[in-house]
Amino acid sequence: MVTNATSFSRSGLSDWLLQRLTALILAAYTLFLVGYLALHPDLDYAAWARLFAGLPMKLFTLAAAVSLAIHAWIGLWTVLTDYVTERLLGPVATPLRLALEIAMILVNLGFAVWAIDILWGV
Amino acid sequence: MLKVSIYRYNPDRDDAPYMQDYEVDTGGKDLMVLDVLEMLKAQDPTLAYRRSCREGVCGSDGMNISGKNGLACITPLSQCVRDNQLVLRPLPGLPVIRDLVVDMSQFYAQYKRVKPWLMNDEPPPPIERLQTPEERAKLDGLYECILCACCSTACPSWWWNPDKFVGPAGLLQAYRFLADSRDTHTEERLAGLEDPFSVFRCRGIMNCVDVCPKNLNPTAAIGKIRQLLLKSGT
Ligand code: SF4
Ligand code: SF4
Ligand code: FES
Repeated sequence: MVTNATSFSRSGLSDWLLQRLTALILAAYTLFLVGYLALHPDLDYAAWARLFAGLPMKLFTLAAAVSLAIHAWIGLWTVLTDYVTERLLGPVATPLRLALEIAMILVNLGFAVWAIDILWGV
Repeated sequence: MLKVSIYRYNPDRDDAPYMQDYEVDTGGKDLMVLDVLEMLKAQDPTLAYRRSCREGVCGSDGMNISGKNGLACITPLSQCVRDNQLVLRPLPGLPVIRDLVVDMSQFYAQYKRVKPWLMNDEPPPPIERLQTPEERAKLDGLYECILCACCSTACPSWWWNPDKFVGPAGLLQAYRFLADSRDTHTEERLAGLEDPFSVFRCRGIMNCVDVCPKNLNPTAAIGKIRQLLLKSGT
C-alpha cells in the first residue's frame, strides 16, 4: 500500500472511477453545447441567457464545472507525480511538486467557485 | 560483416557510458543475438552480460535489442537487424552495474511486495490442495512468467515510479495468486493494491504486452485486478 495525501480521493479505485464518471459528464455537456450551437446559428444574448436561466441547465453546467475541476485534479496530480519527482529532478522536486499541487488545487477550486458565481450571479 | 554497437560502462574505469562498435562475421546465418554476443566475448573478454539457459527459460539475458526489450537467446538477427546494424543496450530504467548487466533489486522488490506465494489459512489436507481443471486453467498465461523484466523496464509508468507502481511483471504475478482457487487471502492482497500508485498508475500503454518474450498479457491481468478491486470496493 502506497499512501498519498494530495491525490483527489486518496484511493486509487475512487480516483479511477471518478476520472471516468467525470469524463462522461464532460462528454455529454460538450455534445449538448456543440449541438445547441449548431442548431442556433444566429444566437443572441437573450436566447443564450434564457438557456442558462432554467434550473436544470444550471445544474448540468454546475455538474460539468465540478467534473472539470475533479478531472483536472486527478489528471494533473498524476502528471506531477510522474515527472516532478526526486528521481528526475533531485531534491528540489518535493517542495516544487507540493507547491505545484497546491497551486493546481487552488486553481481548480477557484474555477469551480467562479462557475457557481457566474451561474447564479446573472 | 554485421555491425554491432554495444553500450559499455565499467564504473571502476569509465567516467560515463559510451557506445562501442564491433564487427562480426555471422557467415550469413540467421543467428540469435546471444550467439553474436558470445562471438564478441571471444573477441573482447571485457564485455559483460548475463545469460544461462540460452533457450528462453531462465530470463537472465533480457536487454534492449535495437530499441526493443527482449531475450537475446531467442531473438533472431532477422528480427532486429536494420541496415546491417544491431544495437544492444541494457534494460532501460535500471541502474547499470556494468555493460549490459543491470541491478534488478527494484524489480525484485516489487515482485516481493505482491507476496508471490500461496496463502491459505485452512488446515492442509492429507495429500494436496485440489483444483478442478477449470480452476487450474485460470492460471494459464500467468504462471509462465520467467521474471525477465523486459515488460516492467519497457513501461513508462514504471520508469517514473519504480518504487510505487508495482509494474506489469509484479502485477501479472499478483493476479496469478488472486486467481488461484487455493489462495484465501484475496481481500488482504487487494487492500495492498488499492492506492493510486500500485495498480492504478498503469495507463494502458501496453508496451508490456508488446515486448513480453513469453507472449503473456500483463495489461489484461491488470484489467482483471481492477475488476476485482471494483467488486470488493464498491
Ligand atoms: S499497459 Fe500498464 S503496465 Fe503495461 S506498459 Fe502500459 S502502463 Fe505499463
Ligand atoms: S511478463 Fe513477460 S516480459 Fe514480463 S517478466 Fe514475465 S516473461 Fe518477462
Ligand atoms: S539465456 Fe536464459 S532466457 Fe536467454
